[in-house]
Formats: sequence, structure tokens, C-alpha cells
Amino acid sequence: MSGKRFSVGIFDHEDGVKEAVKSMRGEGVKIQEVYSPYAIHGIDEMLGYKMSRLPMASFLFGLTGTILALTMLYSMMGFDWPMIIGGKNFAALPPFIPVTFELTVLLAAFGMVFTFFVASDLKPWARPRMYDTRITQDKFAVVVDLDANSKSKDEIDTMLRNAGASEVNAKNFN
Amino acid sequence: MHVTSQIREPLITGGKTMADVSEDLCRQVEGKPSKSWIVAFTVAVSVLTIGAISAGTLLWEGVGVWGLNKTVGWAWDITNFVWWVGIGHAGTLISAVLLLFRQKWRMSINRAAEAMTIFAVICAAMFPAFHMGRLWLGFYWALPLPNTFGSLWVNFNSPLLWDVFAISTYFSVSLVFWYIGLVPDFATIRDRAKNKVSKMIYGGLSLGWTGGAKDWSRYESVSLILAGLATPLVLSVHTIVSMDFATSVIPGWHTTIFPPYFVAGAIFSGFAMVLTLLLITRKVFHLEDYITIQHIELMNIIIIVTGSIVGIAYITEFFIAWYSGVPAEQYAFINRATGPYWWAYVSMMTANVVSPQVFWIKKIRTSIVATFILSIIVNIGMWFERFVIIVTSLHRDYVPSSWAMFYPTKHDVGMYLFSFGFFFTAYLLFSKFFPVVNIAEVKSILNTDGEKTTD
Repeated sequence: MSGKRFSVGIFDHEDGVKEAVKSMRGEGVKIQEVYSPYAIHGIDEMLGYKMSRLPMASFLFGLTGTILALTMLYSMMGFDWPMIIGGKNFAALPPFIPVTFELTVLLAAFGMVFTFFVASDLKPWARPRMYDTRITQDKFAVVVDLDANSKSKDEIDTMLRNAGASEVNAKNFN
Repeated sequence: MHVTSQIREPLITGGKTMADVSEDLCRQVEGKPSKSWIVAFTVAVSVLTIGAISAGTLLWEGVGVWGLNKTVGWAWDITNFVWWVGIGHAGTLISAVLLLFRQKWRMSINRAAEAMTIFAVICAAMFPAFHMGRLWLGFYWALPLPNTFGSLWVNFNSPLLWDVFAISTYFSVSLVFWYIGLVPDFATIRDRAKNKVSKMIYGGLSLGWTGGAKDWSRYESVSLILAGLATPLVLSVHTIVSMDFATSVIPGWHTTIFPPYFVAGAIFSGFAMVLTLLLITRKVFHLEDYITIQHIELMNIIIIVTGSIVGIAYITEFFIAWYSGVPAEQYAFINRATGPYWWAYVSMMTANVVSPQVFWIKKIRTSIVATFILSIIVNIGMWFERFVIIVTSLHRDYVPSSWAMFYPTKHDVGMYLFSFGFFFTAYLLFSKFFPVVNIAEVKSILNTDGEKTTD
């Protein structure tokens, strides 16, 4: 995080936020982040965020799971201690499919979720920077980092107000 | 832009605003427990305690305290296991499959259904774990861990071992899915909290969630992919459970229809249990505007669909037994319907196939009383289904001299009570300390912006 002084525009509706983001970005204002009580669909594209790479992470973890499972199954059943079970092959693929599938899913899911926790810095001891506690209730916030923009605080506050913010608060962090 | 269909009924009634949603759904978390909750909790803990006596006896004496004999070596224990796993299917189905199909009505019910799933899976896992006799060595025996038997590994060709992997994966992925959904709601409670302790606890649970767009975007893709992973997972779990039977050569079990039939049955019983629990939760926590008659009706439609699939499976199974021309197979099915366990077969048929058909009548499927009664009948019926499949296929062995009947002992009943006690205790604790409806998701489907959002 670069700056310490922020202008926080509080909005009552999702639509207001979208319009504000569109108009302010159109005028070259850099928006730090938009906060909302629920996921606003399409806001990430408006803010110019790239598509999340979590699906790729999940795929790679899943692939690791598949390889690990097959390696484990073949080495244990085929080489380390081959056992005659019903006169079947020591290492046959069909009975290995269920366990391979489960381990693939397990690693894909857990790997992705941990990547998500790391990427979004989610942890039980986190002390998040809350711009407004009403965000998790019923308000939306458009946060502008004043140091990252060339426009003055007054200009930005006016822009937020013109875009439909019901209030604009200053918020400073050390 | 947000598009609201003019034709569809709103999913949340009562003209709620976002502030109302937070208020309504956090009320029971923040307030003192209600009288009805305390009564229910006392009953649940009492049942758990009574069951614990049986569980303790079982651990002390061994599985001989059950009514098993050398012909019927599997009975109540595995019946309960399959029954609980089946119930544990609805939660992930609601949250994952309905998410992929973009069914927004899932949002009011997914939280409670997922919680139910998690507790039901724990109840299910209890039975094979206790069946091993020495519970504390269970993990050591069931997992491929290095050991002193010369590193004799577990048998990966056995469906019982597939079960270990399927159920533990299902449990942990469901738990994570449920928790991810809870994170934003914990943040809501954290930011509302007045006292320091709950601020700290819910602050920790919320993992520092702020509601930023970047985080929401990641959250959405995580939910979507978890749903995509959980959907085949949920189908695989009951498929594998059915393989415990289907891969054996016992007449009555050795049936290729088992996987789809078990999955349909699982969804059927799972939805029935969701309805039982949610109708009570809705009443106790006054959630009539969140879980509406529309939700109940939609779930009842799923009950009738899956109930009919199960009915067709019963009939197909019977037909194929006859058509196969295998005398042992034919006998197993005739004995099932007309043998000494005919009453269990009739209970299963009536409760699972006949009774849900009343939901064709709109008046009945939108009636809360009728739904509640039917949901309990379906749960009883599904328990009998498992009992019929397991016990009737075993009790008349190949040699008539070893034919036997199964009589449950008090410890069979006690273990079942133990799982019930655990289930309801856990569910009640969940409903007191966690929001029973997904607050954030419900906010996203409110139409509070009225005209503005309709385009």
C-alpha cells in the first residue's frame, strides 16, 4: 500500500458505484479499491482487474494430485508389496481411478483455497484496513488513494459527490 | 447491469433492505439463546449422552454387543452409515450443482444445508470407525501410512478403502466450501459486534475480510471452481458407497444399477432432511421471508423427481433379477418382497415411492405441515431402503442351515441415537453461533433498488 490519505465515497446502491467507477476512471482518477457487502458482478472489469489466475492454480494443484496418487498407488501396489488379490493384476488402472480422482479433487480444492488465502492475505490474525464498518452491512465504498492521484482532495471529493456518493469521508492510516 | 425478471416471484419477500437482512440474520447470533433453542439443545445433548453409553460399551466390550450373527454380519451399523452419507449429499448438491445451474433460490438454504452435510458426514464416518473396534487405531489401519507390518499397504483394490478416500475428501472439501461462504458473513458479524470477545472471535473467523472488489472477484472464482469440483465429487461419493455392495458377488447386491440409484436416493433423503431441519429453523428464527413457500415448493419438486427415480430403480432391479434368469438373484428379490422382511420392503415402497407422489398436487407441496410430515416419512423410508438392501440380501445365505434373522440389541439402537444426538447438538450450536442463511448472497438478490435495477 503506497498512500496513507484516502477519500472514501459512500454509496447506497450498487448502480451508483458502477456509474461512479465508470465516470471517475474515464477522467483518469486512479481508484484504490471498491468495497461492497456482496460481490458486484462486472465491477472487476470496470476497475480494470485482470482475470483471476486461481483456476490455473487449481488445475496445477489438481494435476499434482493426480500424479501423486498414481505414483503412490503404482509404487505401493505394484512394486513395494505386490499382493495377489482375487488373482488380478498387481497394478491395474481401473481400481486406482476412485482414489486418484479423490486425491485430484482434494489437492485442487485445498491448493486453490490456500492460494486464495495467500493472495488476498486472509488469515485469522489479520488486522484489516477497514475504510468503513458499514461496508459489510449495507453500504458501498469507493476508495481513492490521494497520494496516487495528481488531483487534489477537494477535486476528488467533489467528483465522488457528483457521481452520487451520499457522503465522502477522509480516512488516514499510519 | 442488474436485470430483474418481471415474471418471477421475488426470492426474498417482505421488502427487506440490506440493513434488515443483516439485522434479521444476525439476531440469533448476537442475542441470548431463545427458550425453544435451550429446550431443543437440552434434548439433543441428553440423546447424545444416552447414546454415548452405548458407544462406550461398544468400545469397552467390542462389536459383539451389536445383534450381528455369522450370517448377518452387516446390519444397522452400515445401514446407518449409508443413510447418513445419503443425507450428507443435499448440502453440496444445493450449493454446488445449483450454483453451476445459476439457481438463485439456493442462496437462502445453502448455508444450513451445507452445515447439515458436514454433520451428517461426521455421523456417517462414526459407524465404520466404531466398527473397527479400536477407534484410536482407525486412521492407522485405514490410511496408507508406513507401518510395522513390513509396510504392508492398505488394499487399494477394495471399495471400502475407496470409501475412506471419498468420504474424507468429501468432508474436507465440503467444510472448506462452507467456510469460504461464511467468511464474508463473519466479517458482517465482526463489524456489528459490540463486545470485545465476539469482535475477537468473529474477527479471527473472518480472516480479515474487507469486502474489496479484488477479494470478491477471487471469492467468486473460488466458489465457482469449488462448485465445479464438488459436483463430480458428490456424485462419486455415493457411487463409491454403492460399490461397497455392487462389487461384491452377493445376490441382491451385485447390481450395476446401484451407483445412479444410490445417488438419486441420496439426493432424495438429503432434501428430505434439509426440509425437516429448515422448516424448524425457519419457524424458530422467524425466517419466513427468507425461506419462502417458493423454496419449499422447489425442494418438494426435487423430492418428487428423485423419489420417482428411486421408484423406477426398485422396479428395474426387480425386473432385471427376473430377466437375468439367475435363480439366486431371483430368489433374493422375491425373498426381499415376500420373505420374513416383507414389512421392511413394504415400508420402503410406501414411504419412498408412493408417498412423495402426493406432491403432484400443488396444494400439498405448498403446505408446510404436509411437507414436514412427508419429509420425515421419506427419511424413515430411506432408512428402510438401506436396511432392506443390506439385511435381506444377507439373512438367507447359500446354505439353508445358516439362514438367520437379525435382531438389533439396545446398543444398535444406542449407537443410532448417539449419531442423532451428535447431529442435532452440532446443528443447534451452528444455528446459534453462525448465520443460518448466507447474508452476503441474500443481499445480492434483494431487489431494493426497485425501478433503477430493472432494465
